[in-house]
Amino acid sequence: MADRLLPMTVFIIRRLLQSVLVLAIMTVIVFAGVYAIGNPIDILISPDATQAERERAIADLGLDQPWYVQYWVFLGNLLQGDLGRSFVFNEPAIQLLLQRMPATLELAAAAMLISLVIGIPLGMWAGLRPHGIAGKTIMSGSILGFSLPNFWQGMMLIMIFAVILGWLPSGGRGELGSFMGIESSLFSLDGWSHLILPATNLALFKTSLVIRLTRASIQETINLDYVKFARAKGLSPRRVIFVHVLKNIMIPLVTIIGLELGSVIAFAVVTETVFAWPGMGKLIIDSIFVLDRPVIVAYLIIIVMMFITINLVVDILYSILDPRVRLADIKA
Amino acid sequence: MADDPPILSVDRLHTHFFTKAGVVKSVDDVSFDVHAGEILGLVGESGSGKSVTGFSIMGLVDPPGRVVSGSVRFKGEELVGLPERAMRRLRGRRIAMIFQDPMMTLNPVLRIDTQMIETLRAHEPISEDAARARARDALGQVGIPSPDERLKAYPHQFSGGMRQRVAIAIALLHRPDLIVADEPTTALDVTIQAQILFEVQKLVAEQRTALIWITHDLSVIAGLADRVCVMYAGRVVEAGTVADVIDRPVHPYTRGLIGSVPARNRRGVPLAQIPGMAPSPLALPEGCAFRTRCPDAAEICRTTPGITEPMPGRQTRCHRPLANAEAALPG
Repeated sequence: MADRLLPMTVFIIRRLLQSVLVLAIMTVIVFAGVYAIGNPIDILISPDATQAERERAIADLGLDQPWYVQYWVFLGNLLQGDLGRSFVFNEPAIQLLLQRMPATLELAAAAMLISLVIGIPLGMWAGLRPHGIAGKTIMSGSILGFSLPNFWQGMMLIMIFAVILGWLPSGGRGELGSFMGIESSLFSLDGWSHLILPATNLALFKTSLVIRLTRASIQETINLDYVKFARAKGLSPRRVIFVHVLKNIMIPLVTIIGLELGSVIAFAVVTETVFAWPGMGKLIIDSIFVLDRPVIVAYLIIIVMMFITINLVVDILYSILDPRVRLADIKA
Repeated sequence: MADDPPILSVDRLHTHFFTKAGVVKSVDDVSFDVHAGEILGLVGESGSGKSVTGFSIMGLVDPPGRVVSGSVRFKGEELVGLPERAMRRLRGRRIAMIFQDPMMTLNPVLRIDTQMIETLRAHEPISEDAARARARDALGQVGIPSPDERLKAYPHQFSGGMRQRVAIAIALLHRPDLIVADEPTTALDVTIQAQILFEVQKLVAEQRTALIWITHDLSVIAGLADRVCVMYAGRVVEAGTVADVIDRPVHPYTRGLIGSVPARNRRGVPLAQIPGMAPSPLALPEGCAFRTRCPDAAEICRTTPGITEPMPGRQTRCHRPLANAEAALPG
């Protein structure tokens, strides 16, 4: 293991340097983009305000400067850890986001968990028994998961489980439980009852994806010589499938799961809106409507950093799962 | 040797593949015996059914393929129709198999020790440490230097030849009575091939293991096997001792095969070829499957030839076997 530590450190440092570059480019694009869309002052200030009030507000927010000057100021603040204050809430943008991040993270984690716990076994079943009725049903079901619009699934879930059956609440986050100083709805029953519908909604598409990916990988692997050789050694079917096959199909799975985890966090917007889930997705939608640039930029910085971290973890996991992969060879 | 009962007796084996395009008779009425300490060569070109014969013995024919009829008796026990659980107890323990492509036979994500120890522990209630010690000895036995370190390596850290040695070591772990080797040297270069052949011959002789060596390469069989079965389109067309068959082939196909092997004393002379191509397994000619390519074919070849014994110890499926006097080599 020691001989793998040094390349890993080098790899991580190189990756981090590149990430800084990506972040810088991203902020320029977003800054220019939001600047081009419109002037937030038209939305923030009431139409009755006098010209003098209007001028003063513009100067207060620094909006009278050309965008590159504003960017320069932003960059200076950023290096001091200041992402700017929300135009609307007049609170630091980062604080607004961090308040809502746990809600989004727990939603994303619950959704990923559901899609893995359901998707991998179903995908394996469909891959091992492709001609059985169960296998075919699973595959048809996964097409539904893919093709039904996400917001519609969400509304149907609310209608069935909240309105008709009345089993679960239709929205909101519910009561938070506390465990080892961490507050989360994962630690209270009420929290779970609020979480389960939005998490299922967010998980449906991912579950279908995991099912199809698992099935395809199983079918690809099951006919390979080393699986047949494992059988020729007299191993039990359980060992052949759960050790020889599963460990190999984990490689594509981890890639997709990693990428999807990022997208689940970033694009929980629809689900959070449908279920009034007080997460970052809802905040960013509201902020885009009022052109609250500091929040938008801060949100995107957080999301990009998340993607970078996840990709880094995936690459490191690769090298653990597949002994042929050396981090030094991965294009960072 | 021929007096003691055979380790393996294959009798009128039929293995068919039921594909959408039709039924492929990959193994069509194949019979042979293998005795302890004997090396039987199974020779034929791609698609002749030699590998499927091997998988049929192992009980590893996957759908849409299936053993349709016939019998495979291993030390008196019938393997066709044997429950999977009982078959699994034999596989890897009493009957082992070595595959063609050493780059593909070992699981790339598991260490060598894992793959060896699991083979031992699948059949014997021994401790991890004891299994590791046996695995190490087995690696040493097949000529892998510093086996202790190599046990902890992954397959990709080995060369092709070394991987095949590992596969052979795995096959030998339980000192099986029978090894089915499916073209194990085809993917290796000639020097490694020679080393492996030498090692295998030595190990098999030491342990009196019966060995079925499947190959398309007659020259490998010539130096290795005791007896040979030549297969064409799912049938054994000629069987006998290696020396006899190579010296005096009676089936025109065998003669063609031998004629197409380069030889030192025919330097500069173009190699003989068997005219035509192997027929599609879905549309075999009726009667003798070789008749469309056979220089000696006649009207009678439209009927399926039975097994005849044109000379002692030699079986063939041919209506018009070559006369003994006829030279083995054309031209």
